[in-house]
Amino acid sequence: MSTETMIKPMLKIENLHAWYGESHVLHGINLELGEGQLITLLGRNGAGRSTTLRSIMGMVDRREGSIKINGEEFLTKPTHKISPDARIGYCPEERGIFASLNVEENLMLPPNVGEGGMSVEELFEMFPNLANVRKRMGTRLSGGEQQMLAIARILRTGSRLLLLDEITEGLAPVIVKTLGRVIRDLKSRGYTIVLVEQNFRFAAPLADRHYVIEHGEVIDVIEADQVEASMDRLNHYLSV
Amino acid sequence: MDPMIRLILAQGMLGLNNGVFYAMLSLGLAVIFGLLNVVNFAHGALYMLGAFLALILYSYVGQWIGMADLHIGFWPALILAPILVACFGMLIERFLLRRLYKLDPIYSLLLTFGITLVLQGLFINFFNASGTPYPGMPESMKGVTNLGFMMFPKYRLFVIVFSIVVCFVTWFVIERTRIGARLRAGTENPELVKAFGINVPLMVMLTFGFGTGLAGLAGVLAAPIYSVSPLMGANLIIVIFAVVVIGGMGSIAGAVITGFSLGLIEGVTKVFYAPAANTVIFLLMVIVLLVRPSGLFGRQG
Repeated sequence: MSTETMIKPMLKIENLHAWYGESHVLHGINLELGEGQLITLLGRNGAGRSTTLRSIMGMVDRREGSIKINGEEFLTKPTHKISPDARIGYCPEERGIFASLNVEENLMLPPNVGEGGMSVEELFEMFPNLANVRKRMGTRLSGGEQQMLAIARILRTGSRLLLLDEITEGLAPVIVKTLGRVIRDLKSRGYTIVLVEQNFRFAAPLADRHYVIEHGEVIDVIEADQVEASMDRLNHYLSV
Repeated sequence: MDPMIRLILAQGMLGLNNGVFYAMLSLGLAVIFGLLNVVNFAHGALYMLGAFLALILYSYVGQWIGMADLHIGFWPALILAPILVACFGMLIERFLLRRLYKLDPIYSLLLTFGITLVLQGLFINFFNASGTPYPGMPESMKGVTNLGFMMFPKYRLFVIVFSIVVCFVTWFVIERTRIGARLRAGTENPELVKAFGINVPLMVMLTFGFGTGLAGLAGVLAAPIYSVSPLMGANLIIVIFAVVVIGGMGSIAGAVITGFSLGLIEGVTKVFYAPAANTVIFLLMVIVLLVRPSGLFGRQG
């Protein structure tokens, strides 16, 4: 097991602790990924995977440790500075589509964080389903449409580091397949991606490395080329 | 024209004239409640503050700075007073209300109620409680216009048209623009909006400022019509809350439409049974609360 990356890390998290109120949820997470890489955070529900993403975004009550993005410390930044300064796009669990906003308004909501964001037309090409429902309110979309909108929304802003939380949850297999293609496409375009996934079959072919999280700690790191040899271990971690 | 119809139209116009104040004040309350979940009881006092600022700009500022002939008139006051009230509102939000967001909303209601009492007390102390007429009515607004069915004061007509424009622009900005989309998103999920890189606390402060600025604006508009008195807001705020309850808390369009309509209904009621005019709004409130507790335009559940 090795956490060494040959590429200079874009995101490096060291000894990250996080709290919701009095409840101590993360107990010293360590992980890193280089530019253009894709890692997954695997584990059971409540293991602390989503909280890891929320901690990066500053959405927990208290954090300790270190979160460096391109060498800059982000632990002490106010929440609204994190996304623009680190060029992060965050796609939350449950998708975070705003019910009182229509598709276009949801799409245009996050401010630009840098150059090179995709144009609205490009995004509608990538997700043709959304083009037909531009004026529909957020709540009236299907789960798949909501998920595509949540991803499209952060690709518009010029984010380079994408944090995607459970994007396949509750979706039909055909949509999961489409999302797989989208993620592969994004990786080939050079996006750096952290994927929280329950669906290992979806995540396995995409990832450079898997972090297994349990009780708020990284308990195992599996490189992509060791996945087959580690199947027993993985099955053990992921079985309910 | 049939005299009865003429009477109804005339009373309707006068009612509409009250309705514009109901609409503008309940609009400000709805904007604030929608985004901050704060019931701003001080709204009436801020309306009063707007009217007093117009009076002070006209009658006192010149004396204070040693230029007794200087009277800052209605038109400058129409811009300056709402800005000053908005700044005062933003100070209230930044230094007082912000500390209470994590507590039960009753605390912010009590705070704004306290602010109301302080403001009223101050103005009763420095001015008199009975009211002062506003002397700064612009010449161009004096006189009447013939509406066909009645002679209507020019200034009141201006207030109606101006308020309709202000309400429409506010509705448009909130419901149809990107800034408005951010506000609506901030109402739903402020945490995520913040994570997208939007400075939500600043947005909340500016919104509160805008809502209170609307109250100040209504105050300036009211100054030439009603006498400027420390309790002018207290008399109105109860009706405004009834309007907000009928329209549905937090609904922008609901607040505006209900405000204008209730003014009209109140006016027309005067034609048929004058003593009921003051009660009809509260009667409607009771009926709405029984039949549709979330208000006519409120989201159910």
